[in-house]
Amino acid sequence: MNISIFQVAGPVMIGPSSSHTAGAVRLARTASRLVNYEFDYVTFGLHASFAETGTGHGTDKALVAGVLGLMEDDENIINAFYLADKRNLRYKFYKINLEGMHENSVKITFYKGDKQLGIVCGSSIGGGEITINQIDGYKTEIRDEYPTLFIRQRDKEGIISFITSILSEYKINIATMKVSRMKKKENAACVIELDEKIPEEIIYRLEQNRDIYSVNTINM
Amino acid sequence: MYSNIKELLILTEKENKSLSEIILLNEIELSERNKEEILDDMWLRYEVMVNSANKALFESADSEGNLIAGIASNHYNYIKKSESICGSLINMAMARALSCSEVNASMGKICAMPTAGSCGIVPAVIISVAEEKNKTKEEILKALLVSSGIGAVITKNATVSGAEGGCQAECGVAAAMAAAGAVELYGGTPQMAAEACGLALINVMGLICDPIGGLVQIPCAQRNASQAVNALLSADLALAGMKCRIPTDEIIEAMYRVGKKLPMELRETALGGIAATKTGKMLGNFCDKY
Repeated sequence: MNISIFQVAGPVMIGPSSSHTAGAVRLARTASRLVNYEFDYVTFGLHASFAETGTGHGTDKALVAGVLGLMEDDENIINAFYLADKRNLRYKFYKINLEGMHENSVKITFYKGDKQLGIVCGSSIGGGEITINQIDGYKTEIRDEYPTLFIRQRDKEGIISFITSILSEYKINIATMKVSRMKKKENAACVIELDEKIPEEIIYRLEQNRDIYSVNTINM
Repeated sequence: MYSNIKELLILTEKENKSLSEIILLNEIELSERNKEEILDDMWLRYEVMVNSANKALFESADSEGNLIAGIASNHYNYIKKSESICGSLINMAMARALSCSEVNASMGKICAMPTAGSCGIVPAVIISVAEEKNKTKEEILKALLVSSGIGAVITKNATVSGAEGGCQAECGVAAAMAAAGAVELYGGTPQMAAEACGLALINVMGLICDPIGGLVQIPCAQRNASQAVNALLSADLALAGMKCRIPTDEIIEAMYRVGKKLPMELRETALGGIAATKTGKMLGNFCDKY
């Protein structure tokens, strides 16, 4: 039997829906970790089923709880709006049509004051599983299943080999890797899913390279 | 190794081990964790189940847009105050199942078993039988291993999603899992556990998923209560020696096929069944839309 008993007996989560509640918390939390902005205002564009049955499933509270960093089984999810007020985080929901995306999808835009910091789009694909499909215009496929590096860099020869050589120095195996760019010789980004946790030291060393603009991680 | 109920039963005979032992050994190999870690993890989940099965008995889990607030405490008060038709075991099982559903609907903490919508059935049955028969922690853990091991086999060979297979696949499978667990808790044979699983699925074959307003409330809570009772009676039928005649694997396959044949309206879309009644539609419209 290749299915774990804990896939059946679990997850332990806040109800009522693994896709509309638990998945929404995880999606928003993963999004905010991947960009790591210091935001004080966030908007959620709700697509299809997230917009239609979101309120009744607490999707709105779940998304706010997620950007506040709460876990799927935190009993404070129901108090997410109150927690946001206490931390001076403002938020807004609106309905949007995200063409071609899964019906439980959201577009999250982070702001500091009036300044827009960045946009993340993702989907809750069932059973609490998620994918992050887009970060600031870069197409991604992040599932929050492995420790993940999200790096923005200059589109220049040798940068990718610099990154992978540091990982290999620490004997960290790469599970998947995707590189994409906005414009030739200008901005690019890569998503690297790893088999091991990412030590702080690696992040520090990557950030020392002046062709690397930012390094964000999800460490499991 | 096993991939269906028949192979699981053959293994128990060949290795001269109980169902729970075979399922535990498989999990050890699959997860690369040891026995203690797995049992500790299961017990933590059981504690979440116990809390959600008790919580709404004493305080109504009232929250915004909750159509089922107060149903568990109402039922619990009925058991305490009146002579019921079904007696205390069945009524307590129903009250506990309702409590889990109510906690789930009000954004409380639950353990999906196998899903959030059907999270009340296995806890209601295992807690109620264990309480009635003064079962130990070790015995309860064995029952939970059997329930979730049977659930894993059904997940592999069919589906546990209401959107895919209707309520029979969610609450029905939960009842099948609970029935097998109850047989284990009562000391029945592996064959009896398998029969109980099959009987529970036969009893619920074809049940549609028709949540009002698309919310996991009505009839989900009521189905949690009724499927807890289905699990208890299926366990008793199997313990009495009843055979399904149809092998459990074939029943699981039949359930899956029936699920596939259900039209989209009857699979968690709120477009059919009681969700599509005049009052169902009216109740479903309460939720604000952006």
